[in-house]
Amino acid sequence: MAAQVAPGAPSLMGIATPAAGATEQYEGGEARTSGSVLKLTLRTFIENKLAVAGLAILVFLVLFCFVGPHIYVTNQRTLNPANSNYAPSGAHLLGTDSEGFDVLGRLMVAGQSSIEIGLAAGFTAAIFGTLYGAVSAVAGGVVDAVLMRLVDALYSLPALFLLILLSAIFAPNLPLMILVLAFIAWLGPARLVRGEALTLRTREYVQAVKVAGGTQGRIVVRHIVPNAIGTIMVNTSFLIADAILALAALSYLGLGLPDTTPTWGGMLSNGTNVIFDGYWWQLYPAGIAIVLTVVAFNFIGDALRDSLDVRLQKR
Amino acid sequence: MTGYIIRRLLQSVAVLLLVTLIMFALFHMLPGNPARAELGVKAQPAAIAAFDKMQGLDKPVWYQYYLYLDHLAHGNLGFSYIQNASVALLFAQRFPKSILLVGLATLVAVVIAIPLGVMQAVRRNKPEDYFFTGTSFVFYSFPTFWLGIILIEIFSIQAHWLPPEAPEGTNVAQILANWKGLVLPVLTLALVSIAAYSRYMRSSMIESLAQDYIRTARAKGVGRRAILLRHALRNSLIPMATLIGLSLPSVLSGAVITESVFNYPGIGLLFWQSAQSDVPVLLGLTLVAAVGVIVGNLVADVLYAVLDPRIRY
Repeated sequence: MAAQVAPGAPSLMGIATPAAGATEQYEGGEARTSGSVLKLTLRTFIENKLAVAGLAILVFLVLFCFVGPHIYVTNQRTLNPANSNYAPSGAHLLGTDSEGFDVLGRLMVAGQSSIEIGLAAGFTAAIFGTLYGAVSAVAGGVVDAVLMRLVDALYSLPALFLLILLSAIFAPNLPLMILVLAFIAWLGPARLVRGEALTLRTREYVQAVKVAGGTQGRIVVRHIVPNAIGTIMVNTSFLIADAILALAALSYLGLGLPDTTPTWGGMLSNGTNVIFDGYWWQLYPAGIAIVLTVVAFNFIGDALRDSLDVRLQKR
Repeated sequence: MTGYIIRRLLQSVAVLLLVTLIMFALFHMLPGNPARAELGVKAQPAAIAAFDKMQGLDKPVWYQYYLYLDHLAHGNLGFSYIQNASVALLFAQRFPKSILLVGLATLVAVVIAIPLGVMQAVRRNKPEDYFFTGTSFVFYSFPTFWLGIILIEIFSIQAHWLPPEAPEGTNVAQILANWKGLVLPVLTLALVSIAAYSRYMRSSMIESLAQDYIRTARAKGVGRRAILLRHALRNSLIPMATLIGLSLPSVLSGAVITESVFNYPGIGLLFWQSAQSDVPVLLGLTLVAAVGVIVGNLVADVLYAVLDPRIRY
């Protein structure tokens, strides 16, 4: 199909997630044990400079957000209007925002929720999409056609339109927000895994399960999902990146989470209100944090794809 | 070929019907009673009954869906009680302005991304390739709204070169007359696309350059330039055509953000302003966007089949 030639999931911010190459699997890999495939994959991954850079950024960010607040202790609970909009100084390394919160301290706390929400939404979407795609392919026939047309229909709704529509209708709290973000993200993995499963289900070992009387559920869980795990991993890291961006966009549009759950997008959104005042420290740090996180996940996804692509491995 | 187009057309119609079903379901998931939402909490029961009758809300659900489809077939996309105008009218007023923004941004993106991708493919794994690869990665990791705000900060607030807001105007001519205000919105929307398109162009070009016909051309003594432009580039452009068609949904999403940042009076701004309370507008515009995307995909697929003579269905 011509549609498959172009990359898989066009993501929110105009990133055409170039996931098509990820569908390559270990062709003729029977002779090798799974251990050596894993080792080979790991070695290729570590030799990849992008991967190392992505991982390093991610480790730094996690330490910054989750360990940082124990070292750089700030008050992020009570409003302190008397301290608002201080420029960076010894007392407040990145200044304070319009509500008197220390910006550096808030960056850490907001980072926790931003990363957690991104991970939760990304994994939820990946798990649901994987099962949906695998079930669709294994079931085949009319079920497959109907399930996939539903994916097509949802795909034709631009992500941000759907996101705004859902936020307007449901006014999400934290768990609901994760579901809403996952809801716009699961279509990509569903299509990818279905494509993969369509080739996998014709393999002898899957046929053997059928002949031996194994259920379709067993085929999906024990054979399709483990064999598609490479594709799924690559896609999940892009999904996480997209979810973080989507959450930021929603926050900017005023449809994000309430200020009681600080997020980077929320900080940026507040910062944009004061650009004409020249309070640059409220505009740049949170944006840089978002870009770093998203770059890190995109790097990792790209590197994972390369390391799972047998053609690029040194054998 | 004709068979393929017909099959693809039928598929699109099926998808379109499903989209209407989703929109209809979303409308019915709205909390509260539509009559009370439109007429206010103090509406008399008789007025509510009359409203329900007028809107067909007293009929069975399947009939309401039929009514909805019937309305759509007659170009009735719903009615905004807040703006006291039909969604179709609101859409028609803003559509040309959004097309202008999206069209210009796509044009700019293509004009920059294609040569950039070709250059990167030719100078593959050289410093300049690494530089632009890195830049692309950063740009497509940018939140669009932040990019817009930074451009405002640099070019409007610091340098005073360009206005921070998009031109106001009731029609395209007025907006074009004030073209300076268009520069930043178009740039914002284009930069993210450039990152994505140039990456794609680069890999497409690398793939073309590795083909046997390139080696043949080289062997028979075709000039370097001719190989690049006539043999490699032309074949690499085919997947680009598809990509541009398929990236329509993300461009539309970007337009919502860009129009909100620059206060550009297009469909995206209308959509955002309706997000708080005007659900009929949201549903109507989402449906129109979906139609645009479905048609875009259809055109991209058919174009692909037409442009590439190797593809036979």
